[in-house]
Amino acid sequence: MPEAAAAESGGGGKTARETARETARETDAPFVSVRGLAHYFDVSKPWLNRTLEGAPRLILKAVDGISFDIPRGKTFALVGESGCGKSTVARCVVGLYRPSAGTVRLDGIDMASLKSRREIMPLRRRLQMIFQDPYASLNPRWRVSAIIAEPIVAHRLMTDRKAIRARVDELLRQVGLTPEDGVKYPHEFSGGQRQRVSIARALASNPEFLVCDEPTSALDVSVQAQILNLMKDLQKELGLTYLLISHDLAVVYNFADEVGVMYLGRLVESGATEALFGAPRHPYTRMLLDAIPDLEMSGRARVPVAGEVPDPIDPPSGCTFHPRCPHADARCRREAPETITVDGIRLACHGIEEGRIAAVARGKA
Amino acid sequence: MAQPLLSVENLRVEFPTRHGTLVAIDDTSFHIDEGEILGVVGESGAGKSITGMSIIGLLDPPGRIAGGRIHLDGQRIDNLSYEQMRRIRGKKIGAIFQDPLTSLNPLYTIGRQLVETILTHSEMSRARARKRAVELLVEVGIPAAERRFDSYPHQFSGGMRQRVVIALALCANPRLIIADEPTTALDVSVQAQIIALLKTLSREHGTAVMLVTHDMGVIAETADRVAVMYAGRLAEIGPVQEVIQRPKHPYTVGLMGSIPTIGHRIERLIQIEGAMPRLTDIPTGCAFNPRCPKAFDRCRVERPELIPVETSEAACWLYDREREVARA
Ligand SMILES: Nc1ncnc2c1ncn2[C@@H]1O[C@H](COP(=O)(O)OP(=O)(O)OP(=O)(O)O)[C@@H](O)[C@H]1O
Ligand SMILES: Nc1ncnc2c1ncn2[C@@H]1O[C@H](COP(=O)(O)OP(=O)(O)OP(=O)(O)O)[C@@H](O)[C@H]1O
Ligand code: SF4
Ligand code: SF4
Ligand SMILES: [Mg+2]
Ligand SMILES: [Mg+2]
Repeated sequence: MPEAAAAESGGGGKTARETARETARETDAPFVSVRGLAHYFDVSKPWLNRTLEGAPRLILKAVDGISFDIPRGKTFALVGESGCGKSTVARCVVGLYRPSAGTVRLDGIDMASLKSRREIMPLRRRLQMIFQDPYASLNPRWRVSAIIAEPIVAHRLMTDRKAIRARVDELLRQVGLTPEDGVKYPHEFSGGQRQRVSIARALASNPEFLVCDEPTSALDVSVQAQILNLMKDLQKELGLTYLLISHDLAVVYNFADEVGVMYLGRLVESGATEALFGAPRHPYTRMLLDAIPDLEMSGRARVPVAGEVPDPIDPPSGCTFHPRCPHADARCRREAPETITVDGIRLACHGIEEGRIAAVARGKA
Repeated sequence: MAQPLLSVENLRVEFPTRHGTLVAIDDTSFHIDEGEILGVVGESGAGKSITGMSIIGLLDPPGRIAGGRIHLDGQRIDNLSYEQMRRIRGKKIGAIFQDPLTSLNPLYTIGRQLVETILTHSEMSRARARKRAVELLVEVGIPAAERRFDSYPHQFSGGMRQRVVIALALCANPRLIIADEPTTALDVSVQAQIIALLKTLSREHGTAVMLVTHDMGVIAETADRVAVMYAGRLAEIGPVQEVIQRPKHPYTVGLMGSIPTIGHRIERLIQIEGAMPRLTDIPTGCAFNPRCPKAFDRCRVERPELIPVETSEAACWLYDREREVARA
């Protein structure tokens, strides 16, 4: 029987989970530990069409073998082109998708070992997700105050109605709305205001781990700064751990301790933010950084990432980046690169391993 | 000079609510020329989307245009019937909404939605329409467009759905495109592609674009002029490089200062302190005065109109010439 399951059924004394947590703390184990995570979607036509038309079975490997750790109280960011699998990783990490392979451990607990709702609930409270699409995640028929109070009520964190109200008011203020906004319905808010409601709801259950999928991209830069500063303050005060997904590399640069760059379902480069942004090594990371729009129009030409995004159902052989890579050679087309560690940065690239590609320090962006 | 393709004069939009009438847009005027891209930025909740919705006639009731006039190509469009407006919306105005999911029908494949939209706007065979639909998907950068033609919206990532919405808006070769956060869910490389597409449309087809976005980088690269909104009004409007490099209105100055950059990591991002007032509770005088580091007595009493400064205009008393003259 899995240890966490035993923890839930165990009555008095120290539960297995508590023990697991303590050992985790003692050994400074990461709060989140992802190993060989994969998630495949079956995108074949229905069985009947396949039989009649002879259409093949199609598997889309949205996430294909990803490993990373997030230490307690730190922020790990995932970046990469649209469709590379970031949201799918997020959904696996919070348990919304069951991985096709690999493990996700949160605070030492293997997510796959939790089977029943009763086992999952205690962990659920400790993690929250802010979704990429705030519209879809807010119940249109509920008042905003009820939406924010829902996790508090569901997890029975507070029972006194006055206390709940005060907490909701506090949360509304923290995200830059007002307590009076609580009586409104989601459709009465602008896009950015709705995103703030979903952030307030995510914070309501005092989670220890927050998965934020594009949390601020619907917000103007000033409100974005307010929210990110709030998230940083909470992290400092309460030791929160974050998995951040953002296409805004400047946000990632200022907010994340570590960054993982994804390409077609795999991590191609990951490591400490400043080291990675300061001297990107992987050819894809370099392209990504060069594609950042330039506010000052200082003459640094914005280089769009060259080449077509490949079809994830039928990815290129070897290193999947090879059709777009200026350094690709025969080996790249043949063999998928292993992950190696260079100066603390994890990389998957033959060119770097062979010493054909050196790190280049980037000038001021 | 030729008349602008779109002109908005003294627009006022109201929402009757439980707590009295909320004025979401108050006395706002601007225009967009043929082939011009107007960027619209501003505080979340300032009224950018509502302005766009008013132009395409899709304000959600009880919201209503309570004043002003909107002209498109010389035709007044703010007082048309629903049916008349529906025709204009498809043919002359293409809309890309902030929320990609509501613009897509979850029950139909991406391909079918494109084909149907193309067929409602132009007469051609189904096979031609299908070909055009695939072309559009390629133009907005959907990989393996042909193969993913029969996918359902939920099988696409957030950014891919957003690109499908953009493709839908382009189906009828509209004269005006209203793009509300078209690149928000997109990474920088796809963003670059979409921007290049919008630019080509405006340069080569003379399409006018109203581009609402929070991303100043996108604005810097795409827009000819930029309008900055705050609490339902224009705070500033002017040529894009001037507004970015020499912002006039203290709100714009704060906004530019809040943009995070790569190169010098900072512990706390710079933010404008305080929050935008609730629209039912706008302070007298300048709406920005409680948060403005430069506010003075007049700001708390009198509301500033747009005042020309350099080649921009700013709604701020700091630029009132009379005051300078009086001081001299
Ligand atoms: N439910 C699903 N069924 C089939 N395919 C899916 C499904 N969800 C996602 N995919 C596919 O998996 C891939 C990864 O999608 P995912 O949403 O993780 O991307 P992402 O990196 O979050 O992109 P974005 O930045 O656009 O949000 C895409 O090719 C997408 O089409
Ligand atoms: N149906 C409604 N009822 C009442 N108020 C509304 C309604 N829809 C919008 N509003 C209000 O109108 C104001 C303007 O909203 P709008 O959506 O135009 O903002 P926005 O500038 O697009 O913001 P964002 O950048 O967050 O999308 C907001 O303060 C919002 O609360
Ligand atoms: S492995 Fe080869 S193709 Fe892939 S990124 Fe490195 S050099 Fe380029
Ligand atoms: S009018 Fe006054 S309060 Fe308003 S922005 Fe100008 S200086 Fe500030
Ligand atoms: Mg996503
Ligand atoms: Mg909006």
